[in-house]
Amino acid sequence: MKNVAELIKIKEETLKNMKSYKYNIRVCGGTGCTSSGSMKIIDELEAQLEKAGIRDEVNIVQTGCFGLCALGPIMIVYPDGYFYSRLEPEHIEEIVKEHLVGGKPVLKYLYAETVNDGEISAYTDTVFYRHQHRSALRNCGVISPASIEQYIAMDGYMALAKVLDEMTPNEVISTLEKSGLRGRGGGGFPTARKWVFTKNAKGDKKYVCCNADEGDPGAFMDRSVLEGDPHSVIEAMLIAGYTVGADEGYIYVRAEYPIAVEHLTTAIKQAREYGLLGKNILNSGFDFDLDLRLGAGAFVCGEETALMRSIEGKRGEPIPRPPFPAIKGLMGKPTLENNVETFANIPQIILNGADWFSSMGTEDSKGTKVFALGGKINHTGLIEVPMGTTLRQVIEEIGGGIPNGKKFKAAQTGGPSGGCIPASLIDTKIDYKSLTDIGSMMGSGGLIVMDEDTCMVDMAKFFLEFTIAESCGKCTPCRIGTKRLYEILEKITSGRGEIEDLDRLEELASHIKEISLCGLGQTAPNPVLSTLRYFRDEYEAHILEKRCPAGVCKALLSYEIDADKCRGCTLCARKCPVGAISGEVKKPHTIDKSKCIKCGACMEGCKFGAISKK
Amino acid sequence: MSNCSCIPFKGTKEQQKKLEAAIEKYKDQSGALMPVMQAAQDIYGYLPIEVQKMIASGLNVPLEQVYGISTFYAQFSLSPKGKYAISVCLGTACYVKGSGKIFERLKTVLGIDDGGCTPDGKFSLESCRCIGACGLAPVLTVNEEVYGRLTEDDVDKIIEKYKALD
Repeated sequence: MKNVAELIKIKEETLKNMKSYKYNIRVCGGTGCTSSGSMKIIDELEAQLEKAGIRDEVNIVQTGCFGLCALGPIMIVYPDGYFYSRLEPEHIEEIVKEHLVGGKPVLKYLYAETVNDGEISAYTDTVFYRHQHRSALRNCGVISPASIEQYIAMDGYMALAKVLDEMTPNEVISTLEKSGLRGRGGGGFPTARKWVFTKNAKGDKKYVCCNADEGDPGAFMDRSVLEGDPHSVIEAMLIAGYTVGADEGYIYVRAEYPIAVEHLTTAIKQAREYGLLGKNILNSGFDFDLDLRLGAGAFVCGEETALMRSIEGKRGEPIPRPPFPAIKGLMGKPTLENNVETFANIPQIILNGADWFSSMGTEDSKGTKVFALGGKINHTGLIEVPMGTTLRQVIEEIGGGIPNGKKFKAAQTGGPSGGCIPASLIDTKIDYKSLTDIGSMMGSGGLIVMDEDTCMVDMAKFFLEFTIAESCGKCTPCRIGTKRLYEILEKITSGRGEIEDLDRLEELASHIKEISLCGLGQTAPNPVLSTLRYFRDEYEAHILEKRCPAGVCKALLSYEIDADKCRGCTLCARKCPVGAISGEVKKPHTIDKSKCIKCGACMEGCKFGAISKK
Repeated sequence: MSNCSCIPFKGTKEQQKKLEAAIEKYKDQSGALMPVMQAAQDIYGYLPIEVQKMIASGLNVPLEQVYGISTFYAQFSLSPKGKYAISVCLGTACYVKGSGKIFERLKTVLGIDDGGCTPDGKFSLESCRCIGACGLAPVLTVNEEVYGRLTEDDVDKIIEKYKALD
């Protein structure tokens, strides 16, 4: 590959080839759909197409994530864009026969929202998709991540060619600055400034690092980008290398993401074969190569200095800043480190211009943000919305609301570093400033929805348990302070809390925030502080009334059988794992509270609603 | 560590050859220790002291450094896993959807704790933090197989299924 003309030629050939098929079928091969069996769908599809004798009329593309993981496995049939959801291998024969041979889509397997009175509407008009704007995810669910040609067909590597042909490093930086792009990993630091610092740092050798150590539980944005569109990150890292003067890069990715690792490995190999990584790229005299490093399951390695120690093959412990990595980073050399989603936006910004990007979003937060929607919400999955979209739109419209008619209680953003946003603030705009103002944070994009069955004290305890396990142990406030916070919460949830404990929590939390070494410790108390701020009444109920309003904290619960409703069917006695329930057949049963382990199996099993918890 | 740690090391010649090949592949790169240890974890399924010693001498680094890293990262295990390694996701999305209860049920059914292994070496149990299948929460994995949208009752069925296998 020597120049733009060759890129354009590949683009045209690939598009022409796609058009030559009667049908192009995209099947999601992301982690969500793979876990629900999409590989079996592809196998069955190939077998049935073969059987029907139309294998060569149909092109099967295994793509990255479509976003609507709750409905996986998903398959979209083009040119019409018919959206099949929750497929089983047994459905495929009928779809091949009726739709691909007969030309009539099988309505009963299509996503219900796209079918109204026998008419099929575009899936892009459904509530889940119509509010979204895909920039970082533009190719996810569209191209095969294993094909560099398909990436090129979507104008892939054109941004790199433009930068190498027409732009000076300063022009790249000024474009980024005008775009207003800020780091998508959580911190929100202006990307252009990081690039300037690294560019201006003196050094014979510089590095570019991609932080793909997405350790925040409940977040899978970066994983989806890497699985679905690995070349966009590679292209952006090349642009970064040219701009800051680096010739070597590393992508540090979680080992828990095997599909992402596989796709990245393939993508790097292809880019090398095409001469897009290596020496004298596109005949410009610019050299750059990159390599993967796998994380090994340490949340703290998402912190940039810890990540660099880990790439060096050491324990991933953070070090004090300054010096910042831009001055002294990997192997002691100036290093630019950005998150996956930040990188994924950059080729688009170069191609479409800074104004295109800054036209989306709010005053201080430009562009779009990807979120992983999880928890008690109907449309669990991956979404990308313009900054400034309200939480209400995300939860009630795109997310499809709360299942089982339950009430929305809180949304958690920012993972173990973030906070809980109560229902009263559901009209908050999602941007860096608004979220910080209400005591939460943008974070990397995990958005967990909770309903009335979630105990907020238990949630705070859950996050601290995580932080304790993941604290590297280097600094005292984080190592010991978080443990003490946890112990106070444990005391409260087990019914031994005193009202003074709330002051103790607040005091200790503020110390930990102030004096911890790195971001992990500095933000670890946030879940406690934000739940105390918005759900103090729940803490008080645990302490003063020895009652858990959500019915979660076991020590404060007791199960009882209503003798009037009990029919003596004996089901509960059989379900009870510890033999705590006794009674004669057809007579009301009773629970021996000294034996009961409060697992709730009896209540779930009872067909007469005779068992209640208090 | 777990109740499996009493199992004597039974490395084979082939495993050793694979490890030596990995050491050879990475030894001249900067930051070689982590990739070599990850390879060793794959080859042996865990990192007993015998394997750590081979890595230390192969890369010419102190054994303390190898041990320091193997105890820092969650991916490295000092004790072997069961034939069927069960991992329950306790990430936020799964936790909110009740994976804590699934985990408790498994502990009761298997009679082992987090990080433990049944005496016959068939099942091991651990909790993990988010495998990214949040759309299917709550989830657990048995070796590479993912089970999603679980209820407590599914736990017994899954265990029965693997008990019936060899």
